[in-house]
Amino acid sequence: MKRRTLLKGSMSAGVAGVAACAGLLTPQMVLAAWPKAAFEAKGMDNAVKTLFGGAALTNSGDITIKAPPIAENGAVVNVAVSTKLNNVSTISILVEKNGSPLASSFNLAAVTEPFIKTRVKVSKTSNIVAAVKSGGKLFSASREVKVTIGGCGG
Amino acid sequence: MAKKWKVRAQAKGGITTMKALITHPMETGLRKNKKTGKKIPAHFIQKLTVEHNGKSVLDADWGPAVSANPYLSIKFKGAASGDSVKITWNDNTGKSDSHTVKVR
Repeated sequence: MKRRTLLKGSMSAGVAGVAACAGLLTPQMVLAAWPKAAFEAKGMDNAVKTLFGGAALTNSGDITIKAPPIAENGAVVNVAVSTKLNNVSTISILVEKNGSPLASSFNLAAVTEPFIKTRVKVSKTSNIVAAVKSGGKLFSASREVKVTIGGCGG
Repeated sequence: MAKKWKVRAQAKGGITTMKALITHPMETGLRKNKKTGKKIPAHFIQKLTVEHNGKSVLDADWGPAVSANPYLSIKFKGAASGDSVKITWNDNTGKSDSHTVKVR
């Protein structure tokens, strides 16, 4: 009996040790605080609110989103965002109908052109929204992508 | 094993275009293993940075909604042929990797 309690005790200590390790590791892993809440936010309104702290998005015709009108495979949807706006500091790509809409957020340096091309997963037919921060103001544009096979598995 | 990185940076008319293909599973944590029915743990890149000669040109936050084996293309000014472009990523499991190429 004694041996069992000892074993139990050492086991729980081991678990605690691992947890502590994980806790210690997190701050080092994330260089400049990965915005966890924004990536986990459910629904478009929540995601925008969490990411930009409540600032409103203004529709802009100066943002171009290139994406296929129909994507056969939602797991790989090519998206290119470019804009004519000046002083662009961030470009964020959100997929409206995904469980967590925020897909990626890019912080650009002054020398970087306001252009991003990447691939995202789209769970079902949805608007892809590009949010651009230019001179401290937020602008957005959207484009619908029809999906025949969803890209989030399950 | 597949090549981990495919990166190209080309300078033309003062603007450098960088194209990168990174090998990474980008698991969302929502998918299930069809045989066991267990969820496959999330494994995705959270932070990605691009540096030109040691100066940051891009600092990106990624979620699991970025496709597996991510592709990224960006354009930036001020690089000349022979300069170095370095890409670094960090994922949610604490792993990281980086790759450096010369601008052509």
